[in-house]
Amino acid sequence: MNQALILARRELGAFVRSPLGAAIVASVLLIDGILFYWQALAEKLLSAEVLEQFFYNASGTTMIAGIVLSMRLLAEERQMGTFTLLNTSPLGEREIVLGKYIAAVVMLGIMTLLTAYMPLLIFVNGKVSIGHILVGYTGLLLLGSATLAIGLFASSLTASTVVAGIIAAAITGALILTWALARAVDAPLNAVLAGMALHHQNFKPFMSGTLDFGCVTYYLMVTLFFLVAATKMVEARRWR
Amino acid sequence: MTSEDKVIEIRDLYKYYGERRALGALSFTIESGQIIGLLGLNGAGKTTTLRILACDLLPTSGTVRVGGVDVVSDPDAVRAKIGYLPDSPPLYPEMTVREYLRFAGKIRGLKRAQLTQRVDEVIQLTELGAVRDDRIATLSHGFRQRVGIAQAIVHRPQLVVLDEPISGLDPVQIVEMRELVRSLGGEHTVIISSHILSEISETCDRILVIGEGTIIADGSEAELGARWLSGMRVEIVARHAAGADLAQFWESIRRLQGVLDITPREPREQGTNLLTFEVQMDRDVRESVVAFLVERGLGVLQLSRSHRDLEDVFLQLSGSAAVAASNSNQGNGQGEATP
Repeated sequence: MNQALILARRELGAFVRSPLGAAIVASVLLIDGILFYWQALAEKLLSAEVLEQFFYNASGTTMIAGIVLSMRLLAEERQMGTFTLLNTSPLGEREIVLGKYIAAVVMLGIMTLLTAYMPLLIFVNGKVSIGHILVGYTGLLLLGSATLAIGLFASSLTASTVVAGIIAAAITGALILTWALARAVDAPLNAVLAGMALHHQNFKPFMSGTLDFGCVTYYLMVTLFFLVAATKMVEARRWR
Repeated sequence: MTSEDKVIEIRDLYKYYGERRALGALSFTIESGQIIGLLGLNGAGKTTTLRILACDLLPTSGTVRVGGVDVVSDPDAVRAKIGYLPDSPPLYPEMTVREYLRFAGKIRGLKRAQLTQRVDEVIQLTELGAVRDDRIATLSHGFRQRVGIAQAIVHRPQLVVLDEPISGLDPVQIVEMRELVRSLGGEHTVIISSHILSEISETCDRILVIGEGTIIADGSEAELGARWLSGMRVEIVARHAAGADLAQFWESIRRLQGVLDITPREPREQGTNLLTFEVQMDRDVRESVVAFLVERGLGVLQLSRSHRDLEDVFLQLSGSAAVAASNSNQGNGQGEATP
């Protein structure tokens, strides 16, 4: 674990120093701010509905940011030849994947927290509970963490950050669209597909301030699955 | 020699990339404290061998042990014993030299208490003091190679593996790099690869010539010369008298006993009436040649053993290995691609 934290610290330093990190955070804040102003404040909605709308919009930018942040994590190391340094050091595959993942989660967490002024505006000027805000942010972080794990897995498959981004977007898109597929099939498959949806059925409770442990478990399982898959890929590619 | 003395022990190593054989059968051992040169043409199998030693690549078959530990069964233990510089140094451009070396030390298990002292030591050893707080992105190629070597030795590994560290350096940097590699010899066993003999012959105690994935010659430069060269070649710089009949001079020297041939070379230095030529001998008759020159009134300014002879042997050996491998593959019908 200690070795993973060493790697995470280096990775965070790279995020902070690269223009990409700042560009992602700035873009997310800008898009969230514009959407918040246009959609949430321009219409006549109840405070709780404004907050719900905010979390809906933020879930989209969080997923996109998750993919962009994670697509370079392993692919760029291969592209630059620096993966050799990790590969020939006594770091385990699990520590490599975990270190990269922790850094990305911290970055995503900071980015998500920077959007907090918007829900706080609603809290000050309207009538929403702190619990709703906290549950909504828990959902955003869980969704973001799952997207980061998907992106990290995609990044373990290739040395090209662009290809990794496309793969991550394809997996994320497929997991989002399972709810649409669920509508087209009969029971019991429709329930299974709806339960697999990365966003719709599993994210909506967080938007409305309901902490559903089934949904929490779903996001943790998706995260764990893709982190284990990424670890296996690093293990397989280490010896090529 | 006991197994404890052997830092590297390779037996019947094979590596295939798909159908193409990159190595095999490769066998050699290296003792502690030596500086070894792995010499071979591009595609001969040098990098593949070094990557397997550094646990960056899995062998297809055979045994590879580093410090008595098998690279396949316990790679993490081997990784802790090795410092590896690949042909392109694995550097993070956004980090400063010191930050990078601290990171390299930490992931190799150096404790906080030792880290600062050891990083300072390697910065001093590799003469990186002037750029210690500079971003790696701003460094020249020579400094980047030094940072690459510094990361390879920061954890005091038993074995230092350097893949073409001299490649791309200017002449001054080459001399400095040779001195640096030589200075590592006391504390570490060093294996260094190159495709140019002169780059490593002055640094290494022993040279392994690799061709088509197998060792085709093994020994010091002197041993290889004695084994593979018949006679010797020397290069001479001499000053002749004004108006001397050079055509007759060449003919006379050719008739000397033991001299096989004489070839005029490009002048090594500027000056009036200076001659540079190479004399090929079937045995060591340097004294007779010098006596002859002096007798004819020539001032001998310099006599040195030609480097070209061992380079020629290396090229011949590598060429023979390529032809042998090609014939063998045609015979087997494998159709191996030439690297």
